[in-house]
Order: sequence, then C-alpha cells, then structure tokens
Amino acid sequence: MMGSRAMAWRGATIALLLLAGCKREEHQTRLDPPVAEALDAVAAMPNGISGRPPRAIAVMGEPYRSNAYQLSQGKRLYAWFNCQSCHADGGGASGPALMDGWWRYGPDPVSVFISIRDGRPNGMPSFRDALTTEQIWQLTGYVQSLGATSSTAASPNRNDAMQTRPAENQVPSMATLPSPPTAR
Amino acid sequence: MRRALPVLIALLLAGCGGWQSANDPGGPVARDLQGLFWLFTITCGLVWIAVMGVLAAALLRRPPGTKEERERADRRSVQVVGGAVAGTVLIVAGLTLASYFATRSIASDNPHELVIRLRGYQWWWEVTYADERPDRVIRTANEIHIPVGRPVRFELGSVDVIHSFWVPNLSGKQDMIPGRNNSIVLTADRPGSWRGQCAEFCGLQHAHMALHVVAEPEEDFERWRSAQLAEASAPATEEEEAGKRVLEGKACAACHTVRGTEAAGTLGPDLTHVAGRRYLAAGMLPTTRGAFAAWIADPQSVKPGNNMPMVPLSADELQSVSAYLARLR
Amino acid sequence: MSAASGDNDLRDIAVAPDALEARLAHTWRTPGGLRGFFTTVDHKLIARRYIITAFAFLLLGGVLAMLMRLQLARPEARVIGPDFYNQVFTTHGTTMMFLFAVPVMEAVGAYLVPLMVGTRNLAFPRLNAYSYWVYLAGGLLLWGAFVLDIGPDIGWFAYVPLSGPQYAPGKRADIWAQMITFTEIAALAVAVEIVVTVFKQRAPGMSLDRVPLFVWSMLVTAFVVILAMPAVVIASSALILDRLVGTHFFNPAEGGDALLWQHLFWFFGHPEVYIIFIPAVGMVSSILPTFVRRPIFGYLALVLALVGTGLLAFGLWVHHMFTTGLPRVGESFFTASSMAIAVPSGIQIFCWLATIWMGRPVYRTPFLFILAFIATFVLGGLTGVMVASVPLDSQVHDTYFVVAHFHYVLVGGAVFPLLAAITYWFPKMTGRMMSERAGRWTVGLLFAGFNLTFFPMHILGLQGMPRRIYTYQADLPWGGMNLFVSLCSLMLAAGFLLFFVDAFRSARGGKPAGDNPWGAATLEWATSSPPPAYNFAHIPVVSSANPLWDNQGALPVASGLSVNRRELLITSMAEARPEVRETSSQNSIWPFLAAVTTTILLIWSIFSPWGVVWGSIPVAVTLIGWFWPRGMPEDDA
Repeated sequence: MMGSRAMAWRGATIALLLLAGCKREEHQTRLDPPVAEALDAVAAMPNGISGRPPRAIAVMGEPYRSNAYQLSQGKRLYAWFNCQSCHADGGGASGPALMDGWWRYGPDPVSVFISIRDGRPNGMPSFRDALTTEQIWQLTGYVQSLGATSSTAASPNRNDAMQTRPAENQVPSMATLPSPPTAR
Repeated sequence: MRRALPVLIALLLAGCGGWQSANDPGGPVARDLQGLFWLFTITCGLVWIAVMGVLAAALLRRPPGTKEERERADRRSVQVVGGAVAGTVLIVAGLTLASYFATRSIASDNPHELVIRLRGYQWWWEVTYADERPDRVIRTANEIHIPVGRPVRFELGSVDVIHSFWVPNLSGKQDMIPGRNNSIVLTADRPGSWRGQCAEFCGLQHAHMALHVVAEPEEDFERWRSAQLAEASAPATEEEEAGKRVLEGKACAACHTVRGTEAAGTLGPDLTHVAGRRYLAAGMLPTTRGAFAAWIADPQSVKPGNNMPMVPLSADELQSVSAYLARLR
Repeated sequence: MSAASGDNDLRDIAVAPDALEARLAHTWRTPGGLRGFFTTVDHKLIARRYIITAFAFLLLGGVLAMLMRLQLARPEARVIGPDFYNQVFTTHGTTMMFLFAVPVMEAVGAYLVPLMVGTRNLAFPRLNAYSYWVYLAGGLLLWGAFVLDIGPDIGWFAYVPLSGPQYAPGKRADIWAQMITFTEIAALAVAVEIVVTVFKQRAPGMSLDRVPLFVWSMLVTAFVVILAMPAVVIASSALILDRLVGTHFFNPAEGGDALLWQHLFWFFGHPEVYIIFIPAVGMVSSILPTFVRRPIFGYLALVLALVGTGLLAFGLWVHHMFTTGLPRVGESFFTASSMAIAVPSGIQIFCWLATIWMGRPVYRTPFLFILAFIATFVLGGLTGVMVASVPLDSQVHDTYFVVAHFHYVLVGGAVFPLLAAITYWFPKMTGRMMSERAGRWTVGLLFAGFNLTFFPMHILGLQGMPRRIYTYQADLPWGGMNLFVSLCSLMLAAGFLLFFVDAFRSARGGKPAGDNPWGAATLEWATSSPPPAYNFAHIPVVSSANPLWDNQGALPVASGLSVNRRELLITSMAEARPEVRETSSQNSIWPFLAAVTTTILLIWSIFSPWGVVWGSIPVAVTLIGWFWPRGMPEDDA
C-alpha cells in the first residue's frame, strides 16, 4: 500500500519533469552566434529542392515548427517584409498560394528555406541580405503553418487587423480556397 | 538608530529633483500638477495625523465609569462622529473642486501649437513633426526637440499594443491606444533636457522604452529642425564609405531609413541623424561610436526580445558601419 | 439515504440529553480517511481547507514578490530576465488577487457565518464542496503553468492588445483567462450560499438589526460578488474567443475596441478590491468590541456604511482608465464618485474610534493588528483620494506610487484584519490559542516591515519609476531607494514567516482554549472549540445583538429538530421567526466528480473550442448524479 503510493508519486514527478520539456511556450529571443551560423548549413539537392536540414534545428527541438513564439515572429516578419504583395495572405496573387497544399518546390522546410534565402526563378527575390538566417527560419516555419492541414496549439492566431483570411489556428484553411493547380 | 535616521532621511530625499521626476517641473502643466500634489499631500497628511492623534487619545484615556457618564459619552460621540463625517464630506468635496480647477487650468487651446505625431512601437518611439508642406515633414525617433514657451500638441497613436507617453517633468501621461486618437498638450517654459518613459506595460522591453525631450530656445529649435531636414552627412573617410556600403548592402537597409543612401526601410527608427541623438535604443545607451558597435553586434543581449535581429557582421564591417553611423549627426 | 424503517424523524426532544450529542455527532459526521476527505460537506472542514490553501498561495505569491525585489534591488540586475520577470509579476498579482485575497475572505465567511447566525451548515453544502475543488483546480492550473515556464506574462489585468491573439503567442494568456473562470465559479458559488444562509437560516430572534457586523459584511460582499464577477467572466471569455476562435471583440480594425476590455475588466476589478476589503472591515467590527469590552458604537451607521460601500463600489471603475483619453466630463464624474467612497469608509473609522474611545482597551494580538490596520489603511485610503483626482493620477498612474497605494489598502486594509481574524478565531477553529508573544513580534515585524518597504515607493513613483519594469538604468536616481526597499522587504517576509510558524506550532501544541477564551459576545463562542460537526446541540434563540454578553449563563434554545436526519431551521428574512425545518445534504462524492469534469471541460477549451461541446457531456453526467433525488422529505412534498 505504501509502496504503490510512493510509486504513484514518483510516476507523477517523472511525468511532470517530462512535461517540463514543454517547448511550445518558450520565448527564446537570442540564438548564440555559432548556432545562428549553423542554421545556415542546409545541404541542398542539386535542383534546389529539398535537402538535409541543419542539425542545429533537430537539436533545438524543431522550434520553428512547434514553438508559438517563433511562429508569431514568423508571422510578424511575413507582414513586415511585405510577403503579402505577391502571396496575399497565403491565397496567392502574382505569386503562388501558400495555403493550398501545393508546393512548387516541395513541401519540406529546406525547400521553403532555400526559396526565401536564395530566391527562385520567375520573381521570388532573395532575402539573404535583408533577413538573418534565424529570421528566414522563422518565416519558413510560419509559411509551413499557413499550409498546414491541421492546427496545433502553437499555431498563430488572427492579427489585430482587418480580417482577410481565417486565422492559422482555424482549420482546415484549405477548404476555403479554390483547388490547387493540376499537374503541369 | 539615531545615526541611521539622518541616513534614512537622506536616502528618502535623494533625487527629489531629477530628470524624470514629477517634482522638478519644466513647464506650467507639471507645475500645476505639483501644486495640486502638495495641496493633496498636506491635506491628507494632516487628516492622517489627526486620525492617529484621536486614536492615541482614545487608547490613553480612561473610559467613562458610571452609567450617566456612559450615556453622555454616547450622545457626545454621536455628535462628534457626525461632525467628523461632515468634515470628511467637506474635505472630499474641496479636494474634488481643487482637482476640477486644476483640470481646467491644464487644458489649453492655444492655436499656435506645434504639432508632433508620436507613434508607439514595441519598444521605441516614432516622432513625426507635422507641417502643411509635405517636404518639411521630419521623421525621427526617440528624441523630441521642442521650442521653449510654445505649446506642443502630441498626437498619440500606437502601431501595436497600448503604450503611454509620459514625461513627468513636463506633464502627466496619456495612453497611446491602437484604434484611438489621443492627444496631449504640454509646454516647456525653460530650456532643459528631460527623460520620459513608456508608462503602460507593453511587453518584454517595456522597461527600456524611454525617450528624451529637449527644450531649446526658438532659434535653436528652428536650426535643429532645418538640420533634420537635410539628408545624411556624406562619409568623410574610406572607413565611413565602407560603412555606408555595409549599411546599404546588409540587412540594415531592409528596416532603417538613412535619407541620401539606398536605405529606405520603414520598420525601424529613422537613422538619418541618429548620431545627433543623445541615446540609442530608446534611451538605453549613450550615443557613442562604441555604443553603435555594441548595439549592432548583439542587440538581443542589450535589449532581449526587441525586434532588431543580430545581423552577422565581420569585425571590419562592424568597425566601418559604426564609424559611418557616428558621422550621421 | 437511509431506508424508512421505524423512526426516520426522531426529534431531539425525544432523546435523552446525554445521548443527544452522540446521536447528532453520528448524523453529521464526516468519515475519516480519504473517503471523508472527498465527500465532506461540512462547512467548517471545507472552509478550513480553503483557508489553508489560500495561505499556501499567499506564501507562493510572497516568494514571487521577494524574487521581484531581488531583481529590482540593483539597476540593470540580471537575476532574472524580462520574460520570466513578466511571468513573475503576473503570477504574483493574479495569485494574490484571485487565489488568495478573495478566496480567503469568502472562506473565513464560510466558516464563521453559519456559526455566527446560529445554524448547522451553510446553504447548499455540496455546492460549497464543489467550489473548493474548482478553486484548487484553477490555482493548480496557474501554478502548474508557471512552474513549467509557460505562465501568463501579460500582467494581472491582461490589457489587450498585449494579451490578444497577435501579441501574446501560445497558450499563456488562455491559461490565465481560463483560470479566471475557475475562480469566478468558486467565488460565485460561495457568494450564493452566504446570501441564502444569512437571509434564511438565522437563529430565531436574530432580526436583521441583531446580525453581527461580520455577517453583514459577508452579505454585502456576496452581493458585490454576484453582480461584479460576471463582468470578468464575460471579459475573459471574450478574450478566449478572440484568441481561439477569431472573434473581434477587441480588434479595432474590425469594429472592436481595445478599451472594451478595460471597461469590462475594471467594472469587475474595482468591486473586486471591495470584495476583499468589506469582509475585512466586517472582521474589524466584530473583533473590536471584544478588545474594548463594550458593544460597537454606531451599529446602524456601520451597516449603512457597508451597504453604501458595496453600492458605490460599482460606480468607480473608470478611475483605472483616467489616462486613456476618455472625455473629461466623464472622467470628472468618476473623480467625484471615487472621492465619495471615502465617506462610508470614514464613517466606519470614526465609529471604531468612538468605540475605542469609550471602551477599555485590551492589548492582545488581534487588537494590535487592528491598530496597525487603522494606521496603514487610513494612509492608503488617503493616497487613494489623491489618485482619485484625474490630474494627479495623470502623473502617478502606472507608477510605483500606485503600487504603494494599493499595497497599503490591500495589506493594511485587508491582510492585517485577516491576520487579526485568524488569531482571534484560531482558538475556535482548532481549540488552541496562538502564542501571544509570537503574535506581538509578528505585528511589529509586519507593521514596520510593511511601512518601510512600501512607503518609499510613493517617492519612487513621483521620481518617475513606472510599474512592471524588470529593471532600470543606473543613471536614474532610483537605485538607492530600491535597494532600501528590497532590504526592508526581508523584514516583511520575516513577519509573515513568523506568523506561519506560529500557526503551525500552535495548531499542534498551543495552549488549549475553552469555548470563549476572549470573552466575546457573538454566537460562535457559545459552542465548543473546535465546534462539533453539528455546530450547536440546540439552535440558540437570540434576543439581542450581543447574545453572550446579555445572556450571562445559559442561552435559550429552540428544539424540535431531527437527530437522525441532517436538519436545520429556516427562519423568516427580517424578523427571523422560525418557518420550516430543512434537510441539509449528506456527504457526497458528486461535488468532487463534478469539479473534475468541470476542470476537464475548462482545460480542454483552452486548446479547442470543441472542448466546450464534448466536455459538457461528462459535466452533465456528474450533475445528474449530484441532483438525483435521494428520498428526502422535500422530494416527496
């Protein structure tokens, strides 16, 4: 009886400590410069599509995909650096839509990162000189959340602005869009 | 204990004046507020002392003994308490009236106001000097120059969350609320330089969102204003020329404007005359070349959470860009 | 629940006197062990639990305060960073306001009100049990989040847009908003119970003008809770809706208003501080007569002042918004009303002074706390008069001046009376006295420590130090005084620690107290210390406002209540004439289960709006179990 009670307490403590790895809410405002530099080390495929992500991302627990603060920073950068001028709020204008689940260069984060960092043919500018690597990863994570088929607890919410699209945590956003282009 | 008391008093009185203090007015509004403050403090202090005095007397006295004394004391107490309540009502009404009069005297509708638009960002201040002629509109950040003796109307807005504009030496505060147009009028009646600070919790760096107000005689103000209209000073040395290229080529230009260069970003403070401001980063670092370098090298250590990224620069690039920025008076 | 066999309505007149207490004890008992722990509906046990939990939160909130003082002691200190500091001060304020101050006042009321009005239990005892578990869940939610570094960081009043969907990423603000719902449910439940108990369960003969002042204060507080809490529930629900579902209550670009939050919150927030303060002055009015050995002076004036304070409290809220740019005429009205509330507070202070003037003081610890309260609260109230003025407030709003003001009125005006009340009623609750010597040291340390810590903050505010800053720069003249304040806060902490230590030690080994160790006048002292589960063997009959003083010797009692069924007496509202016998509920597990399902619903809804839909099914199941008819006489009527 005493033994099982003690076991229960021990189990609860362990569970609590595991939960302490709750990285979703952490506000990490500064990356050490070596880490920031390591984030640039993607090994891209020769066609510029997909590749191996930097190890630092896995070590950090993939914050750009699952951390609410990093996603909100990505959302801020999306507005600040005027991505809306070509991509609208994800629905696409002169640039392709980012919300319809169709990715010209593949859906994985490395492709998106390379698109933003190096630019792409037919009009996507390179942001290597305008953004730091960390910021490009924040944008990458955000863009991927735009195209997600399900929201997570870390997804950003609506902005305090005129509403032009459902919030990222209101899914499925794909359902409200016209269907993606068929194979070319 | 006896030796501690003067130290205590000295500590308490230390900095009664000061450059972010309501007790050192630099203008009529702040002076009226200080007068009102002393009226209230003295009145309320006397009331507190009176209440404590009555309490002490109540504790020390001998209570009535016989039944008649008790009944007489009861009756008298009713009268005294009634009188005290009446006194309270009078004092409270008087203080309310004093407050109303102060509000009236603070309000101003002088038509010769200088109009400055102040927009709060997380965590800096965008200052725009309005003018009917669009080519005379000045945009700067974090430091405000005003002429002595002329009322200045600040039109307050916010880009993100609620901030609050507060320069205690000159006036009370007014919130900057997104979606609302607030304004506040103040006047400096002597030259001086005062510090203000955001007074509404606005996030991670609310503690470091300060601004400076510099009041100068009219001619000096106009001279400053004309100087602000000019484009950025041209680089004088090769190092500064290299710094200018770094500024235009690296991420700096994406967020900052330096008129006269290719940097035309509008996300961060205008840097055209940044070296002419006394402080960097909204009141955090005194403006020196070294401060530029320290700020640019690692803004997240100086002001963790602020929106300026840590742009990787080589040592030479850092040297040259800080030299160039130090030239931008 | 017992089968109808033989006498299921055995009255107390039919039982021999020496067997009466044993039978009542059996009927009203709480079983031991875990079963009793989760099923009790005894108001005394639940209220004691509430008080202990609330004081645990006080301790936790105090630790956070010491952490803040450590960080602020030196300029540009790096003890804790801005993100953690924001969580610390948010959790400190939220804990103190929602998890300590309101619950502890309601809990002291829940313990004392039935005893003071001469009844056997609160109205709706299972609701009382439910409210404790919901309160505990809310507190654990907040502190669990804080411990995991995901605590809210938006300030205890969470202004939008900073707490809105764009600027507060993640779930931190949602945790805060939902915790509000937990504590509101708990507070509303206790408030309803108190209103009904005070109106309908008083001892025969306890007409409204004989009701103890503490009971009056709890009645007024309960009404203020009922009318004010819904505003914050609306506000927090609107915030969660904005954040979770994408509504636009507070989005100016789509027709919402950032100021709407402030109005909704402060319409609750100002009455909230009176919810904390009014029970405290009721405690003072009930304790003071015992220590000056004469009845309170000005009973009617004090009752009217309590009611007046409660009413006026709803007309002040805009004084928290004086710098938001509202029209001047409107703001001026609130200056007048904020100053006007000084009048009923003043009435109470003058009546107390008159009571002391005509009495013979007995300098025991509760009385010393009351003296400390008068000195501190009057100062805080006077700085309140200062910040009520719009122009003055424009200088001191959101600075350390206001921090000083509200700590003076909350610590001076509520915590000191609370500690007086705990010391005073500790013998009743535990049967043992607290140490008089430790009590005097506690009063001294707290009074000196508090004033030395918080008085300099007035000066800091006037010198320009804003609130909620995690540090300040060295070239500002605040460093010396901040260091002084931080050092003096150790004295304040020492006072609280001494109080806790004394309470613990006295609960185990203090001097045994009799029924009425202080020689007091009200009904709770007419039963043993601690009271038996059934409070009174017979319901007393009251013929004056100070029954134990005016009926030296035996109190007349009412008889005829059942002994093998839990029963109490319902009386009329104004004159307290007996009306009916009412069954009081048995121990039950359903309140605990309903609290568990409520917790699941509320926490689920932080993460998904479907939590409200699917989570309401288990809640409905537990409510059905709770309300299932139990064969009580009322069910057959």
